[in-house]
Amino acid sequence: MSRAEPARRTSGAGLALLGSELTGVFRRRRTWAMLLALAAVPVLVAVAIRISSGDGGGPSRGPSFVTGIAGNGLFVGVASLVLAIPLFLPLTVGVVAGDTIAGEASTGTLRYLLVAPAGRVRLLLVKYAGAAVFCFAAPLAIVVAGTAIGAVLFPVGPITLLSGDQVPIAEGLGRLLMIGLYTGLSMLGLAAVGLFISTLTDVPVGAMAATVVIAVTSQVLDQLPQLDALHPFLLTDSWLGLVDLLRQPPDWSVFDTNALLQLGWVVVFGALAFGRFTTRDVLA
Amino acid sequence: MTTALAVETRGLGKRFGGRDAVHDLALAVPAGSVFGFLGPNGSGKTTTIRMLLGLVSPTAGEAPVLGERMPDSGRSVLPRVGALVEGPGFSGWLSGPANLARLDTADPGASGRTRRARIAESLERVGLTAAGGKKVKAYSLGMKQRLGLANALLRPRDLLVLDEPTNGLDPQGTREVRTLVRELAADGTTVFVSSHLLAEIEQMCTHAAVMSAGRLVAQGTLEALRGHEGARVRLRTPDPVQAVRVLQSAGLAQIEQEGPELTATLGDRPVESLVPLLVAARVRVQGLRVDEPTLEERFVALTGEGFDVAG
Repeated sequence: MSRAEPARRTSGAGLALLGSELTGVFRRRRTWAMLLALAAVPVLVAVAIRISSGDGGGPSRGPSFVTGIAGNGLFVGVASLVLAIPLFLPLTVGVVAGDTIAGEASTGTLRYLLVAPAGRVRLLLVKYAGAAVFCFAAPLAIVVAGTAIGAVLFPVGPITLLSGDQVPIAEGLGRLLMIGLYTGLSMLGLAAVGLFISTLTDVPVGAMAATVVIAVTSQVLDQLPQLDALHPFLLTDSWLGLVDLLRQPPDWSVFDTNALLQLGWVVVFGALAFGRFTTRDVLA
Repeated sequence: MTTALAVETRGLGKRFGGRDAVHDLALAVPAGSVFGFLGPNGSGKTTTIRMLLGLVSPTAGEAPVLGERMPDSGRSVLPRVGALVEGPGFSGWLSGPANLARLDTADPGASGRTRRARIAESLERVGLTAAGGKKVKAYSLGMKQRLGLANALLRPRDLLVLDEPTNGLDPQGTREVRTLVRELAADGTTVFVSSHLLAEIEQMCTHAAVMSAGRLVAQGTLEALRGHEGARVRLRTPDPVQAVRVLQSAGLAQIEQEGPELTATLGDRPVESLVPLLVAARVRVQGLRVDEPTLEERFVALTGEGFDVAG
């Protein structure tokens, strides 16, 4: 009597949904606009330094990385990343993560995905995975654009690390990639926070703003010496730890510390998102 | 087939912040029927539909759909259910087919191999093939509505839940939807349609239920709902005085006379039994007909409020 085929689990069905989620994220003009804006940061930095160092007066102030750029174009990527980490980067991650569930709710696709049935847990996982991919794409956009523009505008050579050692170009590029990945990892906790906030509302802009506010607040708290005891647990505490990857030998332990910290935030906010999303009434 | 129920709720209720949106609902949707779900705005229709689809969890009672309990059995029930809930919802930056593909991948049981063919077939069925490549944000409301229907038809379904399916459609589109629903029903799919257009329900449905202020006030076959007891006989005669006497003795109620026109409530008396009585009493009959109450009259009588929003 049943005309519909029985619901059998085809292998890779979760992957198909993930694939469609990624296409959804990366086919959006907004995503590309954000990645282009991020890529514009190193271009601005490089052009500004090229112009100012062209007048003969060498750069005298600013972050240490920026001063290194005139001597070696490979520093453009790192310098821009350090500039983007406090606000630009969390802003874009906040937009993508805050949009995950609330965005679907506001366009009305959430009810259709659930009726399909995507399954609430499966949908949440796929949504987080999509945001996580963006977390890595964003810093890599900065690093890649920075390295490219740096190579065009400045001499490129073996990199002098913070420890004073020099590494050949190939290893230098490897370090840049690691720094990009480290920063991507740093954003995973924020993405989980955004995912949770996104399950609370049907208004994506609200979720996005709240996520960014949390990132900024966390950095402010990280500046207050009175809260020293709290610092190691702050979402943003390890964000600038990437500089330790520019020592010889690289201090890989920052990777572990960062991974552990982010994992903690992902577990806590992932659980909150799960608790909220699996029980809530979908009225949008 | 006739006795099986596609949807059978028992004591189903939903409270939102101290207010009953739906209360003690016992809906019985026979398998294979085209079931009209009527009610004024705010009467709990959409909340009920959301409970049937597992989007909202009931605060009381249960809602078995296709024999399994929702929302717990969503994974096995929902692939057999196609739905259009509270208007279409699509990502504006994707094309129609891309939107359908996205929703289809969300269904773990849907085969990726047949996806493209099923989408094309489904789009053709709702007459959207030509608009294919356009992004959904460039679609008109009617086109979005058609795309929503296409989504409900991506796989063969046992139950279709269509909330206001003709909303935003032009008369041509409305007719196409009616034809589509009839075709689907002829294939054996149970179609559950909510609408505020009574004429539409009358043309499409075999059964209907009426909601008012969160409660079910009537359900059954369309014929039973119209209420045969409510039918009135209308008689035209040059001998009204004798005729009134005959109708009285035949047990008809609410007899009204206006010149040569008489009307009376027929009750369960067959109309053909009246004529011999009139003839025997030498009443000259110029015309005799039965006015069946329309669904609309019944609806207003049941909900007592027409289509005003319930408070």
